[in-house]
Amino acid sequence: MSKITTPAMEKLYKKKKYNIEGVSSPGKEALKRLMRDRTAVAGLIIIIALLLVGLFAPLIAPYDYQVQDYSAVLQGPSSAHWFGTDGTGRDIFSRCVYGARYSLPIGIMCVAVGLIIGGILGVIAAYFGGKTDNVIMRFIDIIQAIPSTLLCIALVAILGNGVVQLIIAVAAGSIQGMTKSCRAAVLMVKNSEYVSSSKSIGVSNLMIMLRHLVPNAVGIIVINAANSVSESILTISALSYIGIGLTSPTPEWGAILSEGKTYISVAPHTVLFPGLVIAITVLAFNLFGNGLRDALDPRLK
Amino acid sequence: MIRYIFKRILYLIPVMFGVIVLVFLMKMVMPGDPVMELLPASATEEEREEMREELGLNDPIYEQFGKYVWGIVTRGDLGTSYKTKQPVMDELLQRFPKTLVIALVSMALNLIVAVPLGILAAVKQYSWVDNVVVLLSIVGASLPSFWLALMMIMLFAVKLGWLPAMYDGTVSGYIMPVIAVSIGCISATVRGIRTNMLETIRQDYVRTARAKGQKESIVIVKHAFRNTLVPVVASIGSGLGMLLGGSLIVETVFAVPGIGKYVTDAVSQRNFPAVQGGVIMLALIYAIINIVVDICYTIVDPRLKTAFITSKKRKRVKQGGEINV
Repeated sequence: MSKITTPAMEKLYKKKKYNIEGVSSPGKEALKRLMRDRTAVAGLIIIIALLLVGLFAPLIAPYDYQVQDYSAVLQGPSSAHWFGTDGTGRDIFSRCVYGARYSLPIGIMCVAVGLIIGGILGVIAAYFGGKTDNVIMRFIDIIQAIPSTLLCIALVAILGNGVVQLIIAVAAGSIQGMTKSCRAAVLMVKNSEYVSSSKSIGVSNLMIMLRHLVPNAVGIIVINAANSVSESILTISALSYIGIGLTSPTPEWGAILSEGKTYISVAPHTVLFPGLVIAITVLAFNLFGNGLRDALDPRLK
Repeated sequence: MIRYIFKRILYLIPVMFGVIVLVFLMKMVMPGDPVMELLPASATEEEREEMREELGLNDPIYEQFGKYVWGIVTRGDLGTSYKTKQPVMDELLQRFPKTLVIALVSMALNLIVAVPLGILAAVKQYSWVDNVVVLLSIVGASLPSFWLALMMIMLFAVKLGWLPAMYDGTVSGYIMPVIAVSIGCISATVRGIRTNMLETIRQDYVRTARAKGQKESIVIVKHAFRNTLVPVVASIGSGLGMLLGGSLIVETVFAVPGIGKYVTDAVSQRNFPAVQGGVIMLALIYAIINIVVDICYTIVDPRLKTAFITSKKRKRVKQGGEINV
């Protein structure tokens, strides 16, 4: 836990020439802890690098990701084609580079949507309690009864292929987790004295939720969000792999992999590299998420 | 206790009803006309209309819904597959054991591997063992299951020829699917157990046990482990959800004729009764497993028995002041 200082204590520290450098707000403390965690920083660097790769894809990719070259089909990795070429002679490295424009932003979007809906539901359920809580949580029970991968598959089946549909489907799968953790976080502080005193001086429910409850849930929300990005990316690539969601010729990593699986025995690189890219991306988010959890909840370190 | 089990089973009814409503609503908002998928493009408008009438698509929504629910409740009828014209229920029952075998064997593997590793990592915190276990669990959680499956096919089936590349009905055909499905779950369980164990080890009663000179192995096994068992059992429920979901994808890689393959095929064929049936069936299996897990949970953690005490009894206990609920 971070140290608590009062102005009087600071005065005392100054008088006695204590080092008060390290004493700051809990947020800053957490950030410091995070930056000291080498694996978390490594994860963060990979994430930023991947975002930049997606942003500057046309500059980085050596070839056009759509151009088919039938004179160079299924070539192994070489200096000309780092990840080799696929069944129609497209450069897999270039396709993976462009793939960063799909999996990563879509994964983050899914979590953002799931977070907003789940967070609102969770905070409302916990704050109002009683019947409201009951209705919301029973609804969550129903969603939870369907394994989330299955829910995503079924939703994509109904909504059809496309980016927006994919975001809705994957976000729907993550709502229940978000709702539950936000509800738990709010329940812990809901009965605090500062909440009841705010109520007593006539602060509106909305203000109480925004000013007092949400900030208290931020830690849990952030930890959850970082971890669900990696889950979302895995789900997105899995859906693309089974041929729903984003399908070829979109250079989504799962879709590239799905195209490659036909040639697995003759050209294993068509499967190996896109999978490695997915694994590294997910790993980066997991490392960062773990570091974040340790930083915000140092008890378990 | 029996009262609690009964309550849990009773609660299954509204949840399953909710799932059916949800699934039915999904069908309602689905764009496209199923008749177009069923009949060849050359079919005349009369033929289409006849088909619609036959499938009951012209009935009002509430009537369709009523018929659907009535069919499920009275006859276990989940509709007819557009593709094969067979009852969806029969097809699902035929495939369901394979999915269940994969999920349950994966769960067993998960517990056998993850529990000792998690405890070992916690007991030897910050040692190289701990670092390796934690690292492996983070990497394991990052591998896409379908990719892992393909990599295993490449290594064990294509290169070494030890295992069949596709599901062939034998036991060895299950090995790779089970591993591919369980890696993610194992990673999550190891981390969960390690965290819980670390928390438990720092408890006062563990310190007391050590202080009185108890052997370290007994302290870990008898005092600490028993209390970490509770979250382990609790994680089985969500873990099985993960495994069932994971087997949906992995089954398509190995062509295992289970529910996963059935549903994903149905999705690409826009065979909606099959998707609907698959979702309802899997939700039911998942719900039943969760009830069993919850019951085990209360057996492992007697403290939770207080949850069964009805409000009347609880009041009495409180007034008595003997047990602080």
